[in-house]
Amino acid sequence: MARYLLTRAWHSALTLLLSTVVVFLGVRALPGDPALALAGEDRSPEALEAIRHHYGLDQPLPLQFAQYVERVAQGDFGESIRTGVPVSSMLTTALPVTVELALLAILIAAALGVGAGVLAAVRRGHPAEWLANGLALVGLSVPHFWLGLLAILYLSVATGLFPASGFVPLLEDPVDNLHHIVLPAVILGTGLAAIIMRQTRSAMLDSLSSDHVRTAKAKGLRPRAVITRHALRNSLIVVVTIVGLQLGGLISGAVVTEQIFGLPGFGKMTIDAVFQRDYPVIQAVVLLTATAYIVINLLVDLLYSVIDPRIRVTGDPA
Amino acid sequence: MTTVERADTASSAVGTPVLAVRDLSVSFTTEGGTVSAVDRVSLELAPGEIVGMVGESGCGKSVTAMSIAGLLPDSARISGSVRLEGTELVGTREPVLRRVRGKEIAYIFQEPMTSLNPVLTVGRQIGEVLRVHERMSRRAARARAVELLSLVGIPSAGKRVDNYPHQLSGGMRQRVMIAMAVACGPKVLVADEPTTALDVTVQAGILQVLRDLRDRLGTAILIITHDLGVIADIADRVVVMYAGRVVERAPVTDLFAHPHHRYTAGLLSASPTPGVHAGTQRLQEIPGLVPVLSTQPDACTFADRCPAADATCRESAPPLAAVGAAVTHHLAACWHPCPAPRTESPEATP
Repeated sequence: MARYLLTRAWHSALTLLLSTVVVFLGVRALPGDPALALAGEDRSPEALEAIRHHYGLDQPLPLQFAQYVERVAQGDFGESIRTGVPVSSMLTTALPVTVELALLAILIAAALGVGAGVLAAVRRGHPAEWLANGLALVGLSVPHFWLGLLAILYLSVATGLFPASGFVPLLEDPVDNLHHIVLPAVILGTGLAAIIMRQTRSAMLDSLSSDHVRTAKAKGLRPRAVITRHALRNSLIVVVTIVGLQLGGLISGAVVTEQIFGLPGFGKMTIDAVFQRDYPVIQAVVLLTATAYIVINLLVDLLYSVIDPRIRVTGDPA
Repeated sequence: MTTVERADTASSAVGTPVLAVRDLSVSFTTEGGTVSAVDRVSLELAPGEIVGMVGESGCGKSVTAMSIAGLLPDSARISGSVRLEGTELVGTREPVLRRVRGKEIAYIFQEPMTSLNPVLTVGRQIGEVLRVHERMSRRAARARAVELLSLVGIPSAGKRVDNYPHQLSGGMRQRVMIAMAVACGPKVLVADEPTTALDVTVQAGILQVLRDLRDRLGTAILIITHDLGVIADIADRVVVMYAGRVVERAPVTDLFAHPHHRYTAGLLSASPTPGVHAGTQRLQEIPGLVPVLSTQPDACTFADRCPAADATCRESAPPLAAVGAAVTHHLAACWHPCPAPRTESPEATP
């Protein structure tokens, strides 16, 4: 196990370094000179030179890269070109919003998806299955932004049940915070819930007709024990894989959802940065997203061996 | 393997049977219409008796076995009677059946790899039965699981109890299945092809475990197989099934010495006998396949494959009637039973 973790950590570090290179070069390959963008009206060669010197842009690329990596390693992502605010402090305000939104969306999606999937599999052929299938189809086909707009229209503007936009930090007022974030989280989670439901349903159907479930019934176990302990547990691996794979989609979904509900999160920050060509912010955002992917993948792989003992991480005695 | 040297100790259903199946019929409603899987099957198990049920794939053996404790899917229509020590099980409510399953009637299935849950330790899976039926604590159930594992001959049971199924060999896994089945000391053990997926040497070990359990716990065992060798090795009495019906029922020595039904005779001559078929004689196969029936016809279902069939066989179903000497309790459903004992198995003649 320790050896496995070490190998994975080494691979993760390599992947991160590579993505850093790609981001670094990618940003510099974009057309336009940041110095020109920063200089504004005063485009005298001296001013440009001063700016280049200030940002280290007059140095050779390898040296710039080394300095960039060194700073990032110390948690310094530079300053926003537009506002001059350190990127790291932008992240500390934006990141918790997105993390909360994404986690809540996953929780809602997993609860709804697994619940409906199990129900659809167990009540096969009954109206409950049709209802679950129908809802899943709607959840899959309707885009977030439209669903979000509808929700704002009917649940916020018309009835005032939920605030239409804005955000209150969790630590400031947990109740108000939830009030603001539940609706966006539900909207963001619908697609994922639908996918999880479909996958859970088919995995459960497989599982329910398997030999070991027959054994469980022959042992005289209650249907609840047969379904949860013997069928669902074996189906969970599918759900975990799906959740892991869909997190990418969730992040891009979060970008749109945050925009619609005016949440000051990572997604909104990204869109603003892209529109304003705020390179340090973009670099930081991409790097952080890559890190998130790597960590989530590692977690999913580790979860596999927790759920299914047949999947042993290498380096562990068989 | 088909020879029988054991003395005829067959306790041919003397005394009260622990399990009595009467006129059990099962049909399934499928997309392609109704399929009749079992037709008026009757059999009895005395305490401590081992009854073998033999027949080709699709003859209704497993369906009969599963219907005993009501384990068939909802699409099955069951009629007739299954009585456990006089208590009717057919049509009984599910919660009542749940108390019977695993406690009074336990099952062992064919494929021990897939029949065990791959994500739970074997100790947990054995303990589960004890926790449900005996209301044992987790700790007590685990301790009992260790005892059960050593009872079925698993070495260092204290360590094995924490293993997952994939860490055990096929034979070990089947022993775990057996340990799980006998955990609550059931009155009836239904073993559906318990040795089919195993090597021959491992098979012998498993059969020995079953015999031991019968001797020690007095469990009645219904063993279902298509392997006549297994029947000869372990069973006291045999029930031969064909196309959903019982075609012959007899003490094991009797059946091997003198099969009366043409189908049984065909089965026996399709199995190799040491010394007789040693590379000299071709095994005799039964031509054709077991028919899949939507309804049970009033005719012998074996008629189309039978060398002795005539008009009578196709017009009325032969009843399961006593044949041979009355003391042997030998029954066969055949209009034209085989006349003479088979000469090619001399050891089997009493």
